Amino acid sequence: MDYFFTEEQSMIKELAARIADEKIAPVALEYDEKGTFPHDIVTVLAQSDLCGVYIPEEYGGLGGGILEMAIVVEELSRACGGIALAFAATGLGSFPILLFGNEEQKKKYLPDIASGQKLAAFGLTEANAGSDAAGIQTTATLDGDDYVLNGTKQWITNGGEADTYTVMVCTDRSRGPLGFTALIVEKGMPGFSFGKKENKMGIRASVTTELVFENCRVPKENILGREGMGFAVAMKTLDRTRPGVAAQAVGIAQGAFDYAIKYSRERVQFGQAISSFQIIQHMLADMAIQIEAARALVYQTCRHIDSGAKNISKESAMCKVFASDMAMKVTTDAVQVLGGSGYMKEYPVEKMMRDAKITQIYEGTNQIQRNIIALELIKESKKKQ
Amino acid sequence: MNIVVCVKQVPATTEVKMNKETNTIIREGIEAIINPFDTYAIEEGVRIKEQGGGKVTVISMGIPKVADLLRETIALGADEAVLLSDKAFAGADTLATAYTLSLGIKKMGPVDLIICGKQATDGDTAQVGPSLAAKLGIPHTTYVRKIEEIREGTIRCQRLTEDGYEVIEMPLPAVITVVKEINEPRIPSFKGLMKAKKAEIPVWTADEIAADESLIGLKGSPTWVVSTFVPQHNVNSEMIEGKPEEQAKILVDKLLSLQLPLSK
Ligand SMILES: Cc1cc2nc3c(=O)[nH]c(=O)nc-3n(C[C@H](O)[C@H](O)[C@H](O)COP(=O)(O)OP(=O)(O)OC[C@H]3O[C@@H](n4cnc5c(N)ncnc54)[C@H](O)[C@@H]3O)c2cc1C
Repeated sequence: MDYFFTEEQSMIKELAARIADEKIAPVALEYDEKGTFPHDIVTVLAQSDLCGVYIPEEYGGLGGGILEMAIVVEELSRACGGIALAFAATGLGSFPILLFGNEEQKKKYLPDIASGQKLAAFGLTEANAGSDAAGIQTTATLDGDDYVLNGTKQWITNGGEADTYTVMVCTDRSRGPLGFTALIVEKGMPGFSFGKKENKMGIRASVTTELVFENCRVPKENILGREGMGFAVAMKTLDRTRPGVAAQAVGIAQGAFDYAIKYSRERVQFGQAISSFQIIQHMLADMAIQIEAARALVYQTCRHIDSGAKNISKESAMCKVFASDMAMKVTTDAVQVLGGSGYMKEYPVEKMMRDAKITQIYEGTNQIQRNIIALELIKESKKKQ
Repeated sequence: MNIVVCVKQVPATTEVKMNKETNTIIREGIEAIINPFDTYAIEEGVRIKEQGGGKVTVISMGIPKVADLLRETIALGADEAVLLSDKAFAGADTLATAYTLSLGIKKMGPVDLIICGKQATDGDTAQVGPSLAAKLGIPHTTYVRKIEEIREGTIRCQRLTEDGYEVIEMPLPAVITVVKEINEPRIPSFKGLMKAKKAEIPVWTADEIAADESLIGLKGSPTWVVSTFVPQHNVNSEMIEGKPEEQAKILVDKLLSLQLPLSK
């Protein structure tokens, strides 16, 4: 399908596809097995200039938007959804700066992210604040020119590997979510360390750790926006990055489909390729229909956001839910098409099925997304009356 | 450091098809790519430049379409690329090619290092690199698997041999031909691709490099391809068993029975 990409977007897609096919695919299963961080691939991405696709040119990026980010995530995820996350989670960690950073902060942090010299991460979740993000308990109190942070963030992607962290903290507990503040914390700041590294079901090449703050001193100029804006920073960021999760889902599903259809042409049972059985054909057709529908929704949502539209929460949630549910179904079917081979680690589809699952969970579970969508729909309906 | 990298366009296939009547390579309908070995030469040139500064210029002799491939080399980090293209160059063998390339390189001004791939995947002769060095009157080393050092007008490199490697040092300017062990070619950068799209590839004709008409193209090519075939390696091996002394005796007896000419 022609999605009417600009010439630059097509070049970005081709370049990301080359990296996926030539550099990531050959090592994806090994990284999954070992669960180590793909430093060599991050270097390749840095050299390619793609780390800065969504960052304005004045800060060393390529000046694209959410669509460009999604194109890269999708292509990389075709080869490995986990490795792609080093790039995607850096986007998640960078958007608070892109959206709410002042000129100095942008100049200080974005060029190194655009060049791929540094990765970023986003710290919201805590042990008692998952879906209920308003429950965060990490505090920051002003002491002279510094905020002093105490608390622990949990399950932070790129934890330990990133240099730049955008972290949501409570600066005024009495005000609930209106007392949250977003701060930029740098690796190496005194009192900032990394806790437990998680052992995960999928996206095992991505690193997920705790961020531990023990009287961690962060200069007060590292505040994003103003005190009390933290919750808005987090929500507005997630509205823009959920299409990235959706693109990851589309990429993983496409990778599984590509493998399944090739396998079905080669596997012979009852004297014929299994691709000659109508039931297999229909499974493949349904997989392709679902992938294409999700992709179209993702791209269109990205364009909607890039156009500067104000109301984007519902659309962003819709594309994340649709694409991630699709990816779970398509990867499960891909395993089915391969039969027993699909269940074996020698073949890539069981990994894709494990990788797909996370897209239904993070950046807001699909249940929470449906809540967001339904509430918006009800609001819209009320307005019409 | 002024570095020149020589590249050739080859068909994108390992199975080269020959025209049985003319004994030339069939190029129609096959995608053209940069000779894979030359991609290592480009990468090495760009790495030397990145470490020590300088300029990488790519040169090729070929049909006008080769300009597209040369543009790709800009995306891979080359600063400039020049195409030598003229009807008069057509039908060149390795000798005429080396002569033509040498004139193109001379026209560029002073050069410190010339890098070629070890051979082209179509002709497989491995002759152009060394011939080019001879035409330019400078030293060369083939099958370079690693450059150990470039310092004060000399280069020291490791030359791959069948059972290991040799370390060779020679004065610059010089020609090296490289093997795939030397590096891992990069994927182009986005900014490189943009630069490549806009790059102008100058085309130099026979006149512009002041070529002697009798030394270029078919006229300048003494090579006659009589026939082409894939050599059959039929090695009949026989394992000799027994204790070492017994094996030695059997082996010596066998060798003597072959009545091989022995040199003193
Ligand atoms: C691999 C991985 C990487 C992650 N990376 C990051 C990161 O980089 N930064 C970051 O801040 N966070 C990150 N997270 C956290 C992630 O965003 C949360 O896990 C997610 O938001 C869900 O929270 P929870 O796990 O606490 O689940 P819970 O909130 O405990 O939910 C459990 C179940 O209850 C359901 N549920 C909860 N509340 C409701 C409700 N009101 N209505 C209906 N159903 C509900 C949920 O949908 C879910 O099915 C990551 C998580 C994982 C697993």
